Amino acid sequence: MADEATSGFNIHPMDQFQIHSLFGDGPIHFYTPTNVTLWMGFTVLAIVALLVFGTRGRAIVPSRSQSIAESMYGFIYKMVEDITGKQGLKFFPYIFTLFMFVLVANFLGLIPTSFTTTSHIAVTATLAFAVFFTVTILGFALNGFKFLGLFWVSSAPLALRPILAVIELISYFVRPVSHSIRLAGNVMAGHAVIKVFAGFAGALGLGAIAPIFAITAVYGLEVLVAAIQAYVFTILTCVYLNDALHPSH
Amino acid sequence: MEGNIAEMGQFIGAGLACIGMGGAGIGVGTVAGNFLSGALRNPAAAGAQTATLFIGIAFAEALGIFSFLVALLLMFAV
Repeated sequence: MADEATSGFNIHPMDQFQIHSLFGDGPIHFYTPTNVTLWMGFTVLAIVALLVFGTRGRAIVPSRSQSIAESMYGFIYKMVEDITGKQGLKFFPYIFTLFMFVLVANFLGLIPTSFTTTSHIAVTATLAFAVFFTVTILGFALNGFKFLGLFWVSSAPLALRPILAVIELISYFVRPVSHSIRLAGNVMAGHAVIKVFAGFAGALGLGAIAPIFAITAVYGLEVLVAAIQAYVFTILTCVYLNDALHPSH
Repeated sequence: MEGNIAEMGQFIGAGLACIGMGGAGIGVGTVAGNFLSGALRNPAAAGAQTATLFIGIAFAEALGIFSFLVALLLMFAV
């Protein structure tokens, strides 16, 4: 890192992603309750509040929370049906859980002074590797060795097929990496940009009005990015799942 | 003007890695622009292709995120 002695202009955009233990200052083990644990818990509570208590009334004319819960359910249901077909609907609960977790975690992270759990690659990689192993095991369980036909592009000329098989194999194993880094990178980059502009505002004094407008604009963009990245994460899960269900190439 | 040469290499490398983001910008622009020109010719078919649009944008954008990641690794992890 650079020398931090420069006066009055210290920007630490990455400090917001530090993980603290909630109780005391001891070393962090995998079972230590940290701020990540806390905000994941809030995420789950928010989802339960929206989906369980929101739809409890079962009104014919829905309340606002029931309307939100129903439209999200319908949106993801249609997405799974469109991409994976009727067989994919068995996996709708899993995909809907992924979507709600990522979406609500992204939105909760946008509350000032909160912690964004999806900005950590450890969190998103867990989700992405769960999808990767599900798809791989499911592909072999449903199709047997025909699943390997995914890598053998039968529409290409015969001489090209081994080369294409190598490329397809590499791209298959890069999937969980890009799947997780896309989400974590987008969220982390946006939050770091907001912090950099906040550093400008702190250093400028009265002239801070320009960076404050910029922060407002970037924040609006981040709300959009939070929703779009949850959508992209879910739609890619559907696409990968479709490979396992219909491995023809 | 003092400091060690490895630190200078970190900063230069992080700056160079950001060039990759321009490539991702070109890619996302190509995807969205071609979608728009196709959608304006046949607006009836456009609605069904928004999922494809987002998948294409996500694949193009992932490479820009990779270059951002390389920059971050050079700045904070090396």
